[in-house]
Amino acid sequence: MKFAIQVLEGPYTHQASDSAYSFVKAALDKGHEIVRIFFYHDGVINVTDKADPPQDDRNIYNQWAELGKEKKIDIVACIAASKRRGIVDSNIVEGTRISGLGQLTDMAIEADRLVTFG
Amino acid sequence: MLHTVSKSPFSHSALDECAKFATKGSPILLIEDGVLAAKPGTKYEEKLKAVIEKNSVYALLPDIKARGIGKLIDGVKPIGYDGFVELVEQHKVVSWV
Repeated sequence: MKFAIQVLEGPYTHQASDSAYSFVKAALDKGHEIVRIFFYHDGVINVTDKADPPQDDRNIYNQWAELGKEKKIDIVACIAASKRRGIVDSNIVEGTRISGLGQLTDMAIEADRLVTFG
Repeated sequence: MLHTVSKSPFSHSALDECAKFATKGSPILLIEDGVLAAKPGTKYEEKLKAVIEKNSVYALLPDIKARGIGKLIDGVKPIGYDGFVELVEQHKVVSWV
């Protein structure tokens, strides 16, 4: 089955990023396809490469980067939300990209399910 | 339609709103602070029991454990992320955030 994931909340703010990541892992384990992960509002902070969390804590940014690179999942941050927060092409983690809101619409059309975390 | 609720009923109206709109028989999954609704002995207990009469209520086990909640209100079904995925396989999703 095709799943699309939307994340509205920044990393370490509360729990949305962690819940979304755990859900994606569980879905992949069951053989589902993740059409796209779309970060919107403060969620775009999930893809910055400027953060350096303590080494004994999970690195949420790298977790997304690994999903993008190793699992070849399309990970997109909304361009308008990103520009408002100082996130541009030159400071996002590998395996992610910045694009328009049309990517949210497209994934909602293409996927069988859209799950939002925020 | 599966409804997910991620906010505490003590600080947000998400679960109240969800309960109002969810049709009879639609499953409701409590995640993150939403699982606090499933703790017995709070002022939300009676409301949740009324919800359970109409809808099947699930709560995400890792989030229950993370909040130190031992026993759940009778009728609330604890599930893991694999169970979450299975509910999503069976239903389209409304996420109350």
